[in-house]
Amino acid sequence: MKPKQIQITSANEQQLITISKKGLLSLSKKEMKAIQKYYQQQGREPTDAELETIAQTWSEHCIHKTFNALIDTPDGQIDSLFKTYIFKATNELDKKWCISVFKDNAGIVKFDDEHAVAMKVETHNHPTALDPYGGAGTGTGGVFRDVMGVGAKPILSTNMLFFGPLDIPHTQLPPGTMHPKRLMKGSVAGIRDYGNRMGIPTANGGVAFDQGYIGNPLVYAGTVGIMPKNKYICNAQSGDLILLVGGKTGRDGIHGVTFASVELEETSEKTSSGAVQIGNPVEEKKTLDGLLRARDCDALPLYSAITDCGGGGLSSAIGEMGKELGVEVHLDKVPLKYAGLEPWEIWISEAQERMILIVPPENKESILEIFKNENCLATIIGKLRNDKKLVLYHEQDKVAELEMSFLHSVPKITRKAKWKKIEEKEPNLPEKITYGEDLKKILRSPNVASKEWVIRQYDHEVQAKTVIKPLQGKAQGPGNACVLKPKYDSWKGIVISNGVNSKYSENPYNMTLSAIDEALRNNVCCGGRRIAILDNFSWGSPSNPETMGALVKACEACYDGAKGFDTPLISGKDSLHNEYKVKGKTMAIPHTMVISAIGIIPDIRKAITMDLKKPGTSIYLVGETLDELGGSHYFMVNELTGGKVPGVNLARAKKTMDRLIEAIDSELILSCHDCSEGGLAVTAAEMSFAGGLGMTIDLEHVPTNLEREDKILFSESNSRFLVEVTNEKKFEEKMKELPFAKIGKVTQEPELKIKERRSLDPNIDDKKKLVINEKIKDLKNEWEATFKW
Amino acid sequence: MVKAIILRVEGTNCDEELVNAFQLAGAEVTLAHINELLKNKISLEDHQILALPGGFSHGDDISAGVILANQLKQLLGKQLNKFIEEEKAVIGICNGFQILVKTGLLPNLSGNQEQEVTLAFNSSGLFRNQWVHLETQKENTCPFLKNMENIYLPIAHAEGRFIATQETIEQIEEQNLIAFKYVGNPNGSINDIAGISNSQGNILGLMPHPERFLHPWMHPYWTLEQPEQGDGIQLFKNIVEHAKKV
Repeated sequence: MKPKQIQITSANEQQLITISKKGLLSLSKKEMKAIQKYYQQQGREPTDAELETIAQTWSEHCIHKTFNALIDTPDGQIDSLFKTYIFKATNELDKKWCISVFKDNAGIVKFDDEHAVAMKVETHNHPTALDPYGGAGTGTGGVFRDVMGVGAKPILSTNMLFFGPLDIPHTQLPPGTMHPKRLMKGSVAGIRDYGNRMGIPTANGGVAFDQGYIGNPLVYAGTVGIMPKNKYICNAQSGDLILLVGGKTGRDGIHGVTFASVELEETSEKTSSGAVQIGNPVEEKKTLDGLLRARDCDALPLYSAITDCGGGGLSSAIGEMGKELGVEVHLDKVPLKYAGLEPWEIWISEAQERMILIVPPENKESILEIFKNENCLATIIGKLRNDKKLVLYHEQDKVAELEMSFLHSVPKITRKAKWKKIEEKEPNLPEKITYGEDLKKILRSPNVASKEWVIRQYDHEVQAKTVIKPLQGKAQGPGNACVLKPKYDSWKGIVISNGVNSKYSENPYNMTLSAIDEALRNNVCCGGRRIAILDNFSWGSPSNPETMGALVKACEACYDGAKGFDTPLISGKDSLHNEYKVKGKTMAIPHTMVISAIGIIPDIRKAITMDLKKPGTSIYLVGETLDELGGSHYFMVNELTGGKVPGVNLARAKKTMDRLIEAIDSELILSCHDCSEGGLAVTAAEMSFAGGLGMTIDLEHVPTNLEREDKILFSESNSRFLVEVTNEKKFEEKMKELPFAKIGKVTQEPELKIKERRSLDPNIDDKKKLVINEKIKDLKNEWEATFKW
Repeated sequence: MVKAIILRVEGTNCDEELVNAFQLAGAEVTLAHINELLKNKISLEDHQILALPGGFSHGDDISAGVILANQLKQLLGKQLNKFIEEEKAVIGICNGFQILVKTGLLPNLSGNQEQEVTLAFNSSGLFRNQWVHLETQKENTCPFLKNMENIYLPIAHAEGRFIATQETIEQIEEQNLIAFKYVGNPNGSINDIAGISNSQGNILGLMPHPERFLHPWMHPYWTLEQPEQGDGIQLFKNIVEHAKKV
């Protein structure tokens, strides 16, 4: 097959844009001109395979153009968000236990002297919008491979899903979109089938809903893996062979990354369905089984380097691996699902379940034998060179020859950022006599409501490492985090948690700090410390200056949060262009910042769950309750907007978490749950019904300057924990210097009774009225009602 | 030392924890891909326990366990029959149970190894992971069930609804082949059947996962009340004890 040439050297600007658009290359004018210049210097036209290679390599997905861009802001120019905020925090923190950050497919940190843990979070938003089952499933399979791609064995699958409101009538859906319920059912099934069939427990995650996700749902998939530290290897030499293992290559997933780099629209289903990949988890399981054996059969792995085929397919995987040395690939050697693929299609197909291993020639036979025993395809398709060139052949024809230096020199782009004024006007809401109905409404609201329907479809216990499970307590309530005990011969555990609240997106700085605080406090609640975090952005189009401004603010908060909490960022994901175009109008998603946290617990036997344990013990609230109800669930169920989005007092938050960990280690705590969506009232309810016990609280004692009971009950101020304490004296000693108070007691009687704030006049025989007085059973029923599907 | 072989194929995925369970129970364990048996690199003969773990053998693409069941019968039938005739121990958990049912090794009322029962899709139509209470059936004389009272184990399956004709169920009941019954039926199984044995008592299959409850901290609310040990470990100890005698 002779390579096709694309005439670009003599094209004018308009023609260049047309070539990019028609070819679904998602290359900008500036980039097309840089390519044109290169070929003018070369004195020839690019081949289709070359142009495709450049488009993949230069896509937002692969090269993070926006995060590396020059940004003009009202306060001056920023040279790269990565350098200015994200990497900077990690570099300054300089933790010795960070093994690989922002370099590999996944972030890697130390677990113990022998083992390391790897974590990565990916998004698969656009494919899910077109095909929820396939999109969410392959998103999950893809992020498993990210972790496999550093040589680790996946031991946890986690996910965060975002959809439009479940009760939206079909008639109100924009044309070309699927109903949120259909999207959710399909996504859950996709994640379920991939994780369950791979035997990787899905034991952590969340589902949230907002009007803003109607046109563009979000699927975040994350994976944690474990590996022996000495098996982390990256030592490719020229002359080493390129081994492709796993599935065959087909036409599915062509232009996935370039598709992800533009907005969705009504016709996306017709034009871009080919960009959605097709998953086969058992194929990936075989690949994993072979890979682990190739890793462990000898002192050193049989491969000298490893990566996965994800976005951009072979083009990105091999292009990246051969960056320093040069590489040649014989595309006709690639096993195909069916005949008839063009060489460039083979090269950029994102067909799933494929990995690239770089193999020293002397290990060729042994590694092929291992994969053969697994019934897993393994094919040598090329080798590493020493001339820093990328050369592709198809049978006798050379179909591409590119200099690595050009391929990896994407032109820097410039973006404009504008700050959006943050509205904090307090809405007008009269006080009520009791707030039981508000509490029930919040418990029923889909973000808070029980996700048991989802959780039970995921095998969250396969591998038998999940020691703290998603539903906790005898009567089952929502856990803070998941704890894994990855090794049979060690008590040490891994604690994984998340933080996100896109209802705070009006204030992207506070939203991001809140997400960091939430991820960390969830982790700390279970006993996690030495925490690393991952920053996972889903944003609208960065060419909109306000959207870009919000992104800058979020990055600023990442820096401040990482530094303030002394927690390095180790990996991240930026999914931009999450917009849906309909009839010329663009709907962007709310800025969505998912922070994933991975901590360590030295002895899992000291892990804490959130269910109340023992009648008669005292309940403490740690942390100050402020007038922060902007984006709160209380405002939402009362159909109000405005208010102040919760911020974080970093110094105090850090201290609170450190002290709590000390209290957990000293065994002063029986249960602990953080206050998040729905505030104190929801936290108290969840702890009670998880334990099947009751609680009395007196609002008079809550550390706060607020007087209104509804605000104290439902404020979503950060860095707060509700704690069941066994040793009060020691606990109070630990918490001194921090805002905290004993506010109530655990009761045998299964009722939640919350007393008004008013101080009583000791001279008058008066009784405090109850602002909440509910049976635990009723609260549990409300919480479980929404997803009884 | 008792030698156990744990058989895996593509899509097997509860093998690692099953290896751990048998090691804890005192067996020497070989984890073998079926290809290694087919190529005679490993032989069943050298072992006293054969364990079929959970997962999705070959993706369960036809129906759960069917492909591996056929491989076992057609390609390893002779070795396997000898193994069983020598009263060596066979256990299938989850997908492993589905395989034993589809080979006809369980319950094998007729003695002809024909499939007599099946494990169909859960009545909910969905995969379900949850902890269930099980009644160990005292009338069943299978030695693997010794000292096992009512136990608590997790299930994790989409196809676990035990069904058969009325007549077959009656025979299974009469011959006391039921090993475990659910308390609170999670999947619609007839007569709450969670596991059965053959009449010789050397083959046991069950849907719940005993290998997931070996230690106290695997219990779903161990932070509230800690059991002394996991309910599943006794089963593996019993199997190893039985295997010592063959």
